[in-house]
Amino acid sequence: MSSNATSRKPEPQTAQDSIVEVRDVHYSIGGRPIFSGLNLQIQRGRITAIMGPSGTGKTTLLRLMTGQIRPDSGQVLFDGIDVSNLSTRDLYALRRRMGMLFQNGALLTDEDVFENVAFPLREHTDLPEALIRNIVLTKLQSVGLRGAARLMPAELSGGMARRVALARAMATDPEVLIYDEPFTGLDPISMGMIVRLVRQMNYALGITSIVVSHDVEELSILADSSYIIAGGKVAASGSFVELKDHDSEIVHQFINGLADGPVAFHYPAPDYYEDLLAG
Amino acid sequence: MHFLRELWDNVREFVTTVGSVALFFGRVLAQLPRAFLRPSLVVEQVHNTGALSLVIIMTCGLFVGMVLGLTGYDLLQRFGSEEALGTAGALAVVKELGPVVTALLFAGRAGTALASEIGLMRATDQLTAMEMMAVDPMRRVIAPRFAGGIIAMPLLTVIFIAIGIFGVQLVGVQQFKVDAASFWSQMRSSVGLDDIMEGVIKGCVFGVACSLIAVYEGYNATPTAEGVGRATTRTVVISAVLTLILDYILTAIML
Repeated sequence: MSSNATSRKPEPQTAQDSIVEVRDVHYSIGGRPIFSGLNLQIQRGRITAIMGPSGTGKTTLLRLMTGQIRPDSGQVLFDGIDVSNLSTRDLYALRRRMGMLFQNGALLTDEDVFENVAFPLREHTDLPEALIRNIVLTKLQSVGLRGAARLMPAELSGGMARRVALARAMATDPEVLIYDEPFTGLDPISMGMIVRLVRQMNYALGITSIVVSHDVEELSILADSSYIIAGGKVAASGSFVELKDHDSEIVHQFINGLADGPVAFHYPAPDYYEDLLAG
Repeated sequence: MHFLRELWDNVREFVTTVGSVALFFGRVLAQLPRAFLRPSLVVEQVHNTGALSLVIIMTCGLFVGMVLGLTGYDLLQRFGSEEALGTAGALAVVKELGPVVTALLFAGRAGTALASEIGLMRATDQLTAMEMMAVDPMRRVIAPRFAGGIIAMPLLTVIFIAIGIFGVQLVGVQQFKVDAASFWSQMRSSVGLDDIMEGVIKGCVFGVACSLIAVYEGYNATPTAEGVGRATTRTVVISAVLTLILDYILTAIML
């Protein structure tokens, strides 16, 4: 995978079929390296899963892609534009082409469902109220929550809040939808609904989806291709079937959910007996 | 040696904080004109910080005035000059107690509400979500709240002053039977426009200080329950101390 990315010529920036490209990204927080030479590409119009054990920097990767943080070195390209070198104004212009679904929905708690979905429209457009109403109701209908338009976020269940957030992310018709842990803490019914919605949104509207998660089972149904990140690099990539037969130990441990493997059960600690006796 | 190092660290931290507050202030000011382009957002915040603080401001204004009436009368009648109560009470409320007590109450009522609201928005990713929707939280959230605060604070000060003088009058004229005519006429002849301006200017300055501290602490709160709590506490403490320091400086300048 990495040889594939580095062998590409730098210009023209990205191939026609990849909308996001991460090139040799290094990033560290407080001296602790998170990524050391990360390379990956997100194919246009497909659902790409980014998986990995907790703490491997999946959310950090999303923050790099959306320009919330800048890499120490390397490039993050969105449709050929280097995200890390943009001014705030250009970055905001670029972000209007992306939608992001936060883990907890991140709805505005003092506005009702309708106003939450209308929020990006009111901020970015001068559309007449009647048109805004139509768009909002259409988006809410597509996530099955038109009837909940006048509820406050506090009155919603976790799954409903995430569907509202999805409607809000869709409101301005972005090209790329980014999901940060969309399945965490949901019951099986809500989980199934979200899986169906992600697929529908992706194929019906022709957008690109990036799903960051560690729910292997859901992603195996959902994703066209997957990346597994471990140790600051892409440990494996490809379709789910390819990943299942991958010979790397960490991929094997992750996909099959094994307690034993390269990711140890114990957090690094001094010798057990010495520690006990030291007290 | 250890003491010196700690002192140096504290000084450095203080200077850093002052610097970052100043930078933040600059960013807020840059967004302020755009906030006023959407008056509905500002009006909502004037309501939140101003109208909702009215009851507490009026109640406190009344009692501060009444206490001033009691102590003022007690003091002045020893010199046989009870009629000066109008002047003494009015000057005290207009120039000092009005703006200062209003600012302290404002920090406690509106400042904490602002800091915790913004801090919670930070903790629940609402501010990040706005940034991801290409909406600048400085423009959409911070600037209107700051604008609301700096509009509401002088208005509250004036209301506090009016109720305070009414309180002085209530005790002096109604209870202790100070001559009403001389109470009011002495007040009118000795309290000038410059005294009133001093009170209003102080109200404006305290409004800027308290609102800035509140939005700064909220915006920079650590996104945890404890972090938001600490930001709220810091808002009250810093606002109160800053108000009293600024009060001394302003009084010295305008004396």
